[in-house]
Amino acid sequence: MLNYVLSRLLTFIPTFLGVTLISFAFIRVLPGDPIMVMAGERGMSDERYAELSAQLGYDRPMYAQFWEYLTGVLQGDLGNSFVTKRPVWDEFFSLFPATLELSLCAMIFAMALGLPAGVIAAVNRGKFFDRALMSTALVGYSMPIFWWALLLIIVFSGNLGWTPVSGRIDLLYYFPDPTGFMLIDSIASGQKGALVSALRHLLLPTIVLGTIPLAVIARQTRSAMLEVLGEDYIRTARAKGMSPGRINGIHALRNALIPVITVIGLSVGTLLAGAILTETIFSWPGIGKWMVDSIFRRDYPVVQGGLLLIAVMVMVVNLTVDMLYGIINPKIRKR
Amino acid sequence: MSFKHKLATAITLATLGASAASAQSLVYCSEGSPEGFDPALYTSGTTFDASSHPIYNRLAEFKVGTTETQPGLAESWDVSEDGMTVTFKLRQGVKFHSNDQFTPTRDFNADDVIFSFDRQGNTENAYNQVSGGTWEYYSSMSMPDLIKSIEKVDDYTVVFSLTRPEAPIIANMAMDFASIVSKEYADAMMEAGTPEMVNQAPIGTGPFTFQAYQKDAVIRYLRNEDYWGDKAKVEALIFAITPDASVRYQKVQAGECHVMAYPNPADVQAMKDAEDITVMEQEGLNVGYLAYNTKVAPYDNANVRKALNMAIDKQGIIDVVFQGSGEIAKNPIPPTMWSYREGTVDDKHDPEAAKAMLEAEGVSDLKLKIWAMPVQRPYNPNARRMAELMQEDFSKIGVEVEIVSYEWGEYLERSKAEDRDGAVLLGWTGDNGDPDNFLAVLLGCDAVGGSNRAQWCNEEFDELTKKAKVLPTQAERAPLYEQAQAIFKDQAPWATIAHSVVYMTMRPEVEGYVVHPLGGHIFNQVGITQ
Repeated sequence: MLNYVLSRLLTFIPTFLGVTLISFAFIRVLPGDPIMVMAGERGMSDERYAELSAQLGYDRPMYAQFWEYLTGVLQGDLGNSFVTKRPVWDEFFSLFPATLELSLCAMIFAMALGLPAGVIAAVNRGKFFDRALMSTALVGYSMPIFWWALLLIIVFSGNLGWTPVSGRIDLLYYFPDPTGFMLIDSIASGQKGALVSALRHLLLPTIVLGTIPLAVIARQTRSAMLEVLGEDYIRTARAKGMSPGRINGIHALRNALIPVITVIGLSVGTLLAGAILTETIFSWPGIGKWMVDSIFRRDYPVVQGGLLLIAVMVMVVNLTVDMLYGIINPKIRKR
Repeated sequence: MSFKHKLATAITLATLGASAASAQSLVYCSEGSPEGFDPALYTSGTTFDASSHPIYNRLAEFKVGTTETQPGLAESWDVSEDGMTVTFKLRQGVKFHSNDQFTPTRDFNADDVIFSFDRQGNTENAYNQVSGGTWEYYSSMSMPDLIKSIEKVDDYTVVFSLTRPEAPIIANMAMDFASIVSKEYADAMMEAGTPEMVNQAPIGTGPFTFQAYQKDAVIRYLRNEDYWGDKAKVEALIFAITPDASVRYQKVQAGECHVMAYPNPADVQAMKDAEDITVMEQEGLNVGYLAYNTKVAPYDNANVRKALNMAIDKQGIIDVVFQGSGEIAKNPIPPTMWSYREGTVDDKHDPEAAKAMLEAEGVSDLKLKIWAMPVQRPYNPNARRMAELMQEDFSKIGVEVEIVSYEWGEYLERSKAEDRDGAVLLGWTGDNGDPDNFLAVLLGCDAVGGSNRAQWCNEEFDELTKKAKVLPTQAERAPLYEQAQAIFKDQAPWATIAHSVVYMTMRPEVEGYVVHPLGGHIFNQVGITQ
């Protein structure tokens, strides 16, 4: 197992360097000069322009800028945002817990509903229940997030008044947030009703962000289960008189999980992309919106630093998924 | 008030009720996050709403709801005969806020005024480079060239010596970048090795004290109980950052916020019809225009430009592009600005007459490029659509239009070129409410090849604006600006298109809100009825 982990970790290094280069190049390939964008309609004299480029380091050759960026990254310094003037690292970590909390809840929601739905659909293949579930999943997968979010807000917050419209907690709760995870901080604050308020605020964004992964997981689970249910060892188990619950729950599901876990790992990218819209609509202070704003403002340090951190996260998740394969299917780690 | 006290107040507020609609706290759904809290470092209105308006004061202040100035931290000022020096008499007994790292030991005085400007203009000042300071507004208002020196006569008298007479200097002193910060706090933070705290945990003299900011989520302020002017009506002010306009509206309806900015134009009618929603409106301090290149034939001929202006169906543009949230512009300055020329008669929309006029000038088979901005601005919410409507209008008089666009930075840069091919859609939002800030900046001879996108240099116009700039009183300046507007209309370097209409949406229990023509959202005077 150790060799397996080490070999996986080694592939990390070239990927990391590649991502560093791509994240650096990506924002510079886009047309548009950050200093001109900053000046806007008001414009700027040539001298002032030269002064600012020198101050921000953009007058130097590209390779020199990249070298400085790379050495900074290796020392844990991603530079300062030139809009807020604060370190990219600080900004990222003040926003990331919100995205992580929302993404985790969305993933739990998607798995908690998606896995059983897929299994039930597979077991009832071709019957009404299967068709209804899979049609619903297709609708969920195809639905524009923006529209879905506004629809839920209008119905549940506007008309029924069951959930708050947006934000992370009722504004009248105010307490320090050492972890940045509202659920944890609200419990730690000891304020009555804070946790309930935080949970109510989480509900709609979780559903919106979890909808697409839920649909994907349900469909993937169903097809993986169908494949496994046709295997010889399942027929053998049936022939031995094993109960359907044990067959489906233990023998079939465990083997069907491998492709499902791959899908869950890959969904992390989808979740982060979905987070951009979900965070904007629900005024959720996470990294999705932060990145989009920075691209529009041509805030080079934030875009390159943020992309790098997100890429590293996706890499870590995929590494974890690889490890999980090893646990679920010992054959893989011996290959 | 110490940090613990503030926390205690906040917790008390929290226990007052579960809904945001407490009489003690006003919740404003703002459209975005501030870049920081030191207004001199930034240029966006969103940042000013969160920093300079609640937290700070300036030597002069704009009277809320007007573009006129009134005394602020300076009780009075005196401009010398030659206009080269301005002496400010400062207000006494003004207290700075405190926070858990700083408690002021003295009142506001001349040292704070000198520090607030010196850090922006003097590269030797220890704060000049702090927080990546680029001091954009200070530069773009030409302060480095204008201010020769700032001297302290005594603790409560400061003299600004200028390099030339300039009447708008008082209005400049009321602008956000001229907010007065505490020198004592800045020194203390420099000593503690955390100078960036001046930007992150601001200390000012304003009606609200800064309490906390959770990035992209919430900003909290408490009433400044020691405020020198009229105290704020609410105990706490909360900005709930809500980027999506539809969601902001839902929050107002649900009672989660009291006031919201920038509604979707498409929602305005429904808001006006709703019983429990109040909508206020005012023309914004801006203008959207189409600037011809007056240096290139045949657009160097004023009659050709006027003919083209007559072909444009401005009402159609207001209906389609602004969805009603705009007003036809006939002058280059907005109607809320002093010296606005009421008597101007706008070019009549008359394609037949326009066609005849072009023929009379011997112009036929004209091809024109229209540049469409790639971004949304209040003065032009959809430049592409506007360009398409103009394309349609111009085709009716036989002018063939090609629409071009560039990335925003490129667009701004390329449109400055004196040999530019085509007419540019652009606009301007005023900074200090002074007509000079529109007429000289956008149409002066010095601005050709820069912000004068029409590349239009009319000596008579230029002389009038230059003369008006150095006269001491508004009454003397206004007639000159009115004459300048008449010349502008006669020469038509632009087609003036529209001024946006700014809407503010609020709950009926909000009282005392005034829409500010300079675009800021100010809450000192706003209260909530039970």
